[in-house]
Amino acid sequence: MITDDTRESAAKRTFSATARLLSALKLDGPLLVGLGLLAVYALIVQFSASGQSVDTILRTLMRIGLGTLAMIALAHSSPNFLRSLAPWLYGAGIAMLLVVDAVGIVGKGAQRWLDLGLVRFQPSEIMKLAVPMLAASFMHERRLPPDWRSLLMLAAIVLIPSALVAMQPDLGTAVLIFATGGLVVLMAGLQWQVIAGLCFAGIGAAAVGWNFLHDYQRQRIRIFLDPQSDPLGSGYHIIQSQIAIGSGGLFGKGWMNGSQAQLDFLPERSTDFIFAVIGEEFGLLGLIVLLLLYLFIVSRAVFLATQASGTFARLLGSSLALTFFVYVFINAGMVSGLVPVVGVPLPLISYGGTSVVTLLAGFGILMGLYSHRKLVNS
Amino acid sequence: MRIKDQWNEQRIFSSRTFAALLIIGLLSCALVVKLVYLQIIRHDYYLELSQGNRVRQDPIPASRGLILDRRGRVLVDNEPAFQLELIREQVPDLNDTLQRLAGIGLINREDIDPLRRIIHSRRSFDSVPIRLRLTDEEIGRFAVHRHEFQGVDLRPRQTRHYPYGELAVHALGYVAALSVDDLDRIDKPGYAGTTLIGKLGVESSYETQLHGLNGYQQILVNAQGRSVKFQGAYQPDLKAEAPVAGKDLVLALDLPTQRAAEEALGEHRGAIVAIDPSDGDVLALVSHPGFDPSLFSRGLTRSEYAALTNNEDKPLLNRALRGAYPSGSTIKPMMALAGLTYHIVDPERREFCNGSFHLPGSSHLYREGKGGKHGAVNLVDAVARSCDVYFYNLASQLGVDRIAAFAGQFGIGSLTGIDISGEKPGLLPTPEWKKQAFKRPQDQVWFPGETVNFGVGQGYLLVTPLQLAHMAATLAERGRSFQPHLVMGVRDASGRIVRNAPTPAPGATGISDDAWALVLKGMIGATTYGTAAAISKDARYTIAGKTGTAQVFSVAQNAKYNAKTVAERLRDHAWFIAFAPAEAPRIAVCVLVENGGFGASAAAPIARRVLDAYLLDGPATGPPALTPPGNPP
Repeated sequence: MITDDTRESAAKRTFSATARLLSALKLDGPLLVGLGLLAVYALIVQFSASGQSVDTILRTLMRIGLGTLAMIALAHSSPNFLRSLAPWLYGAGIAMLLVVDAVGIVGKGAQRWLDLGLVRFQPSEIMKLAVPMLAASFMHERRLPPDWRSLLMLAAIVLIPSALVAMQPDLGTAVLIFATGGLVVLMAGLQWQVIAGLCFAGIGAAAVGWNFLHDYQRQRIRIFLDPQSDPLGSGYHIIQSQIAIGSGGLFGKGWMNGSQAQLDFLPERSTDFIFAVIGEEFGLLGLIVLLLLYLFIVSRAVFLATQASGTFARLLGSSLALTFFVYVFINAGMVSGLVPVVGVPLPLISYGGTSVVTLLAGFGILMGLYSHRKLVNS
Repeated sequence: MRIKDQWNEQRIFSSRTFAALLIIGLLSCALVVKLVYLQIIRHDYYLELSQGNRVRQDPIPASRGLILDRRGRVLVDNEPAFQLELIREQVPDLNDTLQRLAGIGLINREDIDPLRRIIHSRRSFDSVPIRLRLTDEEIGRFAVHRHEFQGVDLRPRQTRHYPYGELAVHALGYVAALSVDDLDRIDKPGYAGTTLIGKLGVESSYETQLHGLNGYQQILVNAQGRSVKFQGAYQPDLKAEAPVAGKDLVLALDLPTQRAAEEALGEHRGAIVAIDPSDGDVLALVSHPGFDPSLFSRGLTRSEYAALTNNEDKPLLNRALRGAYPSGSTIKPMMALAGLTYHIVDPERREFCNGSFHLPGSSHLYREGKGGKHGAVNLVDAVARSCDVYFYNLASQLGVDRIAAFAGQFGIGSLTGIDISGEKPGLLPTPEWKKQAFKRPQDQVWFPGETVNFGVGQGYLLVTPLQLAHMAATLAERGRSFQPHLVMGVRDASGRIVRNAPTPAPGATGISDDAWALVLKGMIGATTYGTAAAISKDARYTIAGKTGTAQVFSVAQNAKYNAKTVAERLRDHAWFIAFAPAEAPRIAVCVLVENGGFGASAAAPIARRVLDAYLLDGPATGPPALTPPGNPP
């Protein structure tokens, strides 16, 4: 009994020490556990998908480390600081997007990267944070729900960067940027009638916009509607990924034993189509575990956003939390054939890109908004 | 800055959060439903697709069974040859590839369309032969251009070899590349890797036994189609099945007899069939002209094929099974038996032959075929000397119904049931047949005169050489009869030979021993003092035979028929049927020489050479190597 008591108190001490540390770092324990589990899952899957490459694992660990630093740094920033930062971040992002687009036009090809000598990074990633920040900060000073003049302004804030990214062309990121901004507007209480009206307008715009889409983008939509129409060409990706997922069954074929993934039938298996690798090797159970992990993270993030104080904090927080789900849904949906193929990675699982850093930074912001709530209230 | 309504904002935000969580829940459900559909409901379908992706079956063709003669001499075997094969899914542009192959002369331009159809009817990953049996020079030519033809390669494969060329081609048949029609018919996976299929004769009718069972070896391939050993961290179990070689067929055919028959027939168009009357073994089967079977196994060009089909000598026609001719006098022994069995004739009574016959109340004269008069002849003489007048009379007394019923017992008008396909039944005319065969009512009547002609094997009656050989065998066995067969048994993989039991045929019954003895006497008479007396010269055995001469067209009344003045093609067909030794027959033979003129002079000497080849050169008994079923050696 004595030993049990001591053990219990030792556990308590460890727990409270951890809680104190987290609180000092302004991080959220449950969210951190969820993200940690997801990172472990990511490393396991990437090891298989990369063909047992230790190099891949090390680079992913490096990115996670970088993202964690960004997360801690942003968790310390107060909502007021973020609000004042928003216009500058947004402005810098737009400027860099213009440069990238210009280089792309001159170079006559897709251009997403800005080469800063040592580091290459995608300015579009910055916009994933800058857009909701500016939109939330704009609404912070206005009445909710937004009136039509606010709406016009919000539309400009969201659509300009989305259009610039779509022109690169990077439809996937453009969709995500649009989602982050759009979610701010939705959470700000945009009337349902207006939403419905905008939907109809959107469908009309889509019909017109079809003419402005790149051939490969149109092709992707066509192939989505009927993958079998081009089984060896553009439809190949989606057919092979459905074969991978379907052949995995309930329990999967086993780690590092997915024939679709290991024999190169599955294209882009460690990046955009890694969801299919999980489906093939770990089966439906593996996918459900992953989805539950994602849902846990999303709901914890939404909870943090609801607890935050102030319009800016709540709008930004909920936008970041919900965008994370949009990420998951678009990727899982496109790989399993539920939505068209747009280049969206599976958040925190897909290998590479700056998205790991941006995502973790986003969660840092969210945790900061939550930990700063009392200060604002008082 | 306007005053913000904190409470209202909180309310809006809460309701929106609730809505957002609801939507997240719904979308997650949609995703799970889709995953359950893919991974549970359609799991088997996708598992098969993924298996098809990663595993390729490399076929291992079974080696085709050999064809041996009755003493184990090899008549057909296999030899290695290089052929050009194409895998559709590896070819970037099929049309272009075929055009360019034609450009360097490896395939014919006219074959491109049929080839494309064949290639498309096979599975896209099957290796389809597009050109068989390349010469050394062609192999070299392809090797130079190999890099330009992705998905096309040379493969060493077994091909069919006919060491004796045209010998017995109509019995053995030939093999040729699988056609689109064949592919519809056969079990495609079972023929993956198989190039050739039997098209005629034994090669076709015994295709299943000769073909054997193809084996396969599974190989693991990656998306680029390359064979790989590991799948991720694992080496999967791959299945393999060894091929089962086709069975070696042992034919009843006797090579020296067959060869002697073909040499004896020489350049004549015609057919020879020799049968062992005691069990139906087909000892020789000749149809001339023939063709070189290896033409087909190497692949025939269209013009070569056209030359064969348009040849007026019809080399592709199997005359022995499918050629239908009037029997001529060869049916007289059978007629004599009918007359004796129905008690129409008294064998001792002599009829007077003055060279012509007419029916009571009719002025139409039925002439003696070769002209001349036989004077007073009894039944034995009538058979031996082939007296038409005697049989005109006999036939008109028997009547058509009894003749037809009796002839039917000897297999006239029906298939003999030989074990290769394509046999024709000929025509056994009856009044009922005439009613159905003719449209105009005046033509549907059976005239008494037609019965008279029937008695000497003219008129509507049509028989095949095989049917007459079968009839000769039935005569030799005094009514006992067997279905003729080319294949006597099989030699299985272990070298054991299993002989098939002979299949009895209905045969002729109800004929007295005395009747048989009389007719045998007549047939021996034919080869000793009768129409074919010349062929028994120096024979070391007794021959029972009967000549026949089948008219190609009717000679006008009162006109003298001169064989030399009509075109060669209009000359009579010459027949001879025989069996020997007459006391204990071991071989029955039928010889047909198209437009040969008289049976005695054109066909009988050929028959003699066939009989000599089998009876003098061959062993006295059947081949000792063969084991009857149930009797282990």
